[in-house]
Amino acid sequence: MSKVVVVTSGKGGVGKTTSSASLGAALAQTGQNVVLIDFDVGLRNLDLVMGAERRVVFDLVNVVQGDAKLPQALIRDKRIETLSLLPASQTRDKDALTEEGVLGVINELRAKFDWIICDSPAGIEKGAQLAMRFADMAVVVTNPEVSSVRDSDRIIGMLDSKTLRAENGEHFEKHLLLTRYNAARAAKGEMLNVKDVLEILAIPLLGIVPESADVLNASNLGCPVTLHNPESAAAKAYADAAKRLRGEMLEIVEPVEKKGLIGRLFGRKAAVA
Amino acid sequence: MSIFSFFTRTRSAPVARDRLQILLAHERALSGRADLAAILREEILAVIAKHVAIDRDRVNVKLERGDHVSTLEVNVEMLDEAKAKAG
Ligand SMILES: Nc1ncnc2c1ncn2[C@@H]1O[C@H](COP(=O)(O)OP(=O)(O)OP(=O)(O)O)[C@@H](O)[C@H]1O
Ligand SMILES: [Mg+2]
Repeated sequence: MSKVVVVTSGKGGVGKTTSSASLGAALAQTGQNVVLIDFDVGLRNLDLVMGAERRVVFDLVNVVQGDAKLPQALIRDKRIETLSLLPASQTRDKDALTEEGVLGVINELRAKFDWIICDSPAGIEKGAQLAMRFADMAVVVTNPEVSSVRDSDRIIGMLDSKTLRAENGEHFEKHLLLTRYNAARAAKGEMLNVKDVLEILAIPLLGIVPESADVLNASNLGCPVTLHNPESAAAKAYADAAKRLRGEMLEIVEPVEKKGLIGRLFGRKAAVA
Repeated sequence: MSIFSFFTRTRSAPVARDRLQILLAHERALSGRADLAAILREEILAVIAKHVAIDRDRVNVKLERGDHVSTLEVNVEMLDEAKAKAG
């Protein structure tokens, strides 16, 4: 049975596209058949993060509107055989996607892939609603910061009411992916910590991805961090999160702060003050 | 920024957490997907506010579910003039 996962957040720029690429790559690296769909019509970026921007010929809108067949639009990753991408279009037409069209594409993909990962646009409007509509489960990407947490709460409410599953009265599975986590700042009380966010949002934790230059580097090169630098803390966090998505029970290790000399001397005192 | 501000920096995260908890309980209640504690909070607040002045930020409603008994704890801090009126 294939799983349709929406990666969503409400707030923009929190790491949905990065996380879609990294989780998708991590799943594919373990042999699963994975397709990534970019739902950010008009602002596509997943192709860039995946390093496939020069290979886009047809896109999701072309398929939905019947101008191209699905296999023509799918881009097979050159590094991981079991990973494919369905890019978004750059059209400005907000109504380019229809609910029936999207359902048709997802049903066709279900026959071929184990995982269909939908990279949602920011916001709570039509685009975000279409990305979540036919999902079986959600990864809610949140940064440890007030506006991101508030928007995630809003999105969780929508997942529980606007998805097809929720409308049919079924339970909708949601997982929290805390990204851009800065353990040192959380320890000093300058940033919400893992416990705070979990207490407020009250959905199970899928993983904690540290704020890291490795993620930026990977994006610069067009290669998911799990592939480009698998030994990095961020890559490991994504790889573990992917395993948890598959149902593995792995303990979640909270990142610890790496203190520099100044931090070692003053960190404790600063935290108490 | 003086060297001292490094030591006296306030810990803003607990403030962020408290603000979020209050705000989201309110927003969830409005959107109709409130948990029981949030619904109770809103309704109890409305009743109390009819009679005494209260600071909405100084209300704490805690619902603890146990195997045999569940308890509802309501803490409302009244403003000074309200206290005077009541006492
Ligand atoms: N763990 C991380 N550490 C450092 N930088 C990160 C991390 N995760 C994401 N970023 C950076 O944050 C920026 C936004 O990330 P991304 O594009 O994935 O967010 P998004 O939620 O998809 O944004 P949008 O809402 O615009 O679609 C990018 O520059 C990305 O490289
Ligand atoms: Mg994005």
